[in-house]
Amino acid sequence: MTLQDLDIPRLRGLDLVPTSSDKQTARDYSSDQEVRWCPGCGDYAVLKAVQSFLPDLGLRRENIVFVSGIGCSSRFPYYLDTYGMHSIHGRAPSIATGIATAREDLSVWVVTGDGDALSIGGNHLVHALRRNVNMTILLFNNRIYGLTKGQYSPTSEAGKVTKSTPVGSIDHPFNPVSLALGAEATFVARTIDSDRKHLTSVLSAAAAHRGTALVEIYQNCPIFNDGAFDAVKDGDTKADAIVPLVHGEPIAFGTGGSKGLVRDSLTGGVKVALVAEVGIENVLVHDAHNSDPTMAFAISRLTDGGVLRQAPIGIFRQVERPTYDDQARAQVAATRAATAPDQTPEAQLAALLGGGDTWTVG
Amino acid sequence: MSTSETPVKQLDRVVIRFAGDSGDGMQLTGDRFTQESAVFGNDLVTLPNFPAEIRAPQGTLPGVSSFQVHVADHNILTPGDAPDVLVAMNPAALRANLADLRPGATIIVDTHEFTARNLQKAGYAADPLATLEEPGNALEAFQVHPVNLTGMTVEAVKEFGISRKDAARAKNMFALGLLSWLYGRPTEPTVTFLERRFAKAPAIRDANLTAFRAGWNFGETTETFAITYAVKPAPMQPGRYRNITGNLALAYGLVAAGVRSGLPVFLGSYPITPASDILHELSKHKALGVTTFQAEDEIAGVGSAIGASFAGALGVTTTSGPGVALKSEAIGLAVMTELPLVVVDVQRGGPSTGLPTKTEQSDLLQAMFGRNGDAPVPVIAPQSPGDCFDAAIEAARIAVTYRTPVMLLSDGYLANGSAPWRIPAVDGLPAIEPGFATGPNHTKADGTEEFWPYLRDDETLARPWAIPGTAGLEHRIGGLEKGDGHGDISYDPANHDLMTRTRAAKIARIADSLPPLVVDDPSGCSNVLVVGWGSTYGPIGAAVRQVRAAGGKVAQVHLRHLNPFPKDLGEILRSYDRVLVPEMNMGQLSLLLRGTYLVDAIGFNVVRGLPIKAAELADTIHELIDAASDTPSRREALR
Repeated sequence: MTLQDLDIPRLRGLDLVPTSSDKQTARDYSSDQEVRWCPGCGDYAVLKAVQSFLPDLGLRRENIVFVSGIGCSSRFPYYLDTYGMHSIHGRAPSIATGIATAREDLSVWVVTGDGDALSIGGNHLVHALRRNVNMTILLFNNRIYGLTKGQYSPTSEAGKVTKSTPVGSIDHPFNPVSLALGAEATFVARTIDSDRKHLTSVLSAAAAHRGTALVEIYQNCPIFNDGAFDAVKDGDTKADAIVPLVHGEPIAFGTGGSKGLVRDSLTGGVKVALVAEVGIENVLVHDAHNSDPTMAFAISRLTDGGVLRQAPIGIFRQVERPTYDDQARAQVAATRAATAPDQTPEAQLAALLGGGDTWTVG
Repeated sequence: MSTSETPVKQLDRVVIRFAGDSGDGMQLTGDRFTQESAVFGNDLVTLPNFPAEIRAPQGTLPGVSSFQVHVADHNILTPGDAPDVLVAMNPAALRANLADLRPGATIIVDTHEFTARNLQKAGYAADPLATLEEPGNALEAFQVHPVNLTGMTVEAVKEFGISRKDAARAKNMFALGLLSWLYGRPTEPTVTFLERRFAKAPAIRDANLTAFRAGWNFGETTETFAITYAVKPAPMQPGRYRNITGNLALAYGLVAAGVRSGLPVFLGSYPITPASDILHELSKHKALGVTTFQAEDEIAGVGSAIGASFAGALGVTTTSGPGVALKSEAIGLAVMTELPLVVVDVQRGGPSTGLPTKTEQSDLLQAMFGRNGDAPVPVIAPQSPGDCFDAAIEAARIAVTYRTPVMLLSDGYLANGSAPWRIPAVDGLPAIEPGFATGPNHTKADGTEEFWPYLRDDETLARPWAIPGTAGLEHRIGGLEKGDGHGDISYDPANHDLMTRTRAAKIARIADSLPPLVVDDPSGCSNVLVVGWGSTYGPIGAAVRQVRAAGGKVAQVHLRHLNPFPKDLGEILRSYDRVLVPEMNMGQLSLLLRGTYLVDAIGFNVVRGLPIKAAELADTIHELIDAASDTPSRREALR
């Protein structure tokens, strides 16, 4: 069946999820469980932001499901008074795929970390992204293994000295945004745990997206990797460290907007230039809706793979593509409509069992 | 097609094996002969046997593919130990199968393929057909019919203007036509089949139909075969029948479980031999609410099924032994979260990649114990291709009723083998009650009501199944240990001890819902009991019949439920002097029976990738009967 045959209506992220007319507050979304992250953990800020943001969606609370894997951030579902599953290491996207495909009326969220999503669960992540299952993945990236007490992660910088790398890590790190774009994800964004306003705006856009939305959240681990994101948080450095991505706006940053992104004719990618030298008219205007991910990928490469001093922040890509689950349900519905729609399931089953070459005895 | 003037000899049974190169269409040929015999009314059992390579080097011994069918005028249980007839499409097929034939067997060979090159590939120093008239030749013990199958096929179909390659490919239909004549099979089903199958390619259709008829006519008009044979229909219970493979029956059983429970079926699966056909079949039944998800790997297959179950579907994952190994952690999650899940393991030869296309029963202990922690899982097994249907419904019943993953152990022999199946009435199938939670189940000290996800049913010890979308029942589950009742995370030592025992007790309770075992012991005074499980039902049954026919007294009991065992199993085992446990593994059920009941279970263990041979098992049973008669009988003492 082709897409045309399936006649899938154009939907936004949560269009089929029942809404509630009751006034909701963050308190409604707080479970009775004691939150047990370390003092100062960035996870607290994200939890608060999510609890405050969910009432804005106006959904029926019972139609929201949070699924997580294993790691510090994966305790997240216990603290939200929705349906939830704290599953096994790396597998949350596959469990969420089953939930989202089985039920069109649920808002499905995955909470994962850099180890959970990119190491043990890397396969499920890239396949969820390419399939475009209707779910939002919050990838808490603290660039370290926290729950197992401080080994390097697949996003740790090369050379990092940890318990398991006493003379420095020799692993080349993943850039989660580049990876997601390479998997042709339809929504890819990056935000920061401590910037409540930006975090909320990205969550809002992600929830409204139909398909798999990947949100990388820079999240500080005060115990094992404290200060990893100071460059993008510190008032003195962040103006030069954050490359802000706003759809339709020139990508300019630095004090007074002194720097901007321009095409790099030597590499085919993009580079940072002084606006005064190149002229504001030559600074790239961000187009998150570009169906070709090439430019978004080029921008993602401006993220420091080593100690973080510079990173693009915002929505890299936001495009429409039919979702796996919508198509799976449409195939079921279309087949049902075409095959004896007025027959009871029992009658259809009897016809199935009695099909093929049969013979009668007695 | 007219009936022949050739004299007809009545047979009560015949075992025919079609063998050729992987690309020769032997599976199709065997399947068609089977369908013709089924429609004719014979009882039958089949044994397809093919290499793991899709197209192994042409003409070589590893490339030989075969299909054996046992046809009888009475109830039979196995595909037969030794073929009476071999159709060999090339030298390799002859050489690879010769040792299995009974002395005096009929061999039909395609002389066209007995070229110097093919003989060499098969390892023949000289053409065995060239010396047939000489005393002491290699085929002396058999009745050999050299026939130029390919040559006559090409000649017969030349009018259709198809390529020589396509023309030669129709030789399997020539062979089928010849065998159909020789055994008086009805031809209409195959004619109808070919017309449907090649409806879009008229030239190929006509070539195959012509080859089929030419094969029949060749038998009738030449004097190569002095007599033909007839095998009368077998008496069977009244009803409507079809021939069915285990994989098809298992897929139908899962569809039926969905209908009888009112739950949408969700299959998360990754292709693996010999289980993939279940995925293929279920993907056709969207009209009955079945969703199939071909996952990126085995883990995602089971993960998605667990997610679908959490969301209120009947979650199913299908695989073989290596896939179960990968799914183990997720099955443990389903044990901990107490969600319904059906895990189908179509067993094959192991360990590791093992023998992908051959059968074995060596995943029993993996199904029982292959998880971290004390993680009990119910295990059930079908005993015949048609029984895969009932076993799938039973697996779903246990999974839904007890909120637990269930292991369903089929195997390669059941999966691809076929036998007549009496089509059941849909309203007679077991009903399955999901019983979703609809409201709070616990009252707090202050009088407010709340939902406790781990508050159990008194009878089954099952926890409530509260699906998303149900207001007021929002809850969180996961792999961490749960507090009894309320279900919050608990690290309390006493709670973990209680929960571990409770999970075990819940699985043990399933035995309350099982019928008593049926012990087949017609004499009532046997000293030897044969205990089997799964697909050995046929060979064990055939061996037991052979022993009884020779005057031996032996009892048989066959287990569908491997965990928990039926409640009366211990008493049954203890009432016999000798307990023999035939298995296609190194003694896995034996180990469980010894450990559970402290009985001296004696193993009969064969791991050749093929079903146990009834005659070999019968010899062992005879030896045990003799040994038992030398010692005082426990049964005598009990009486």
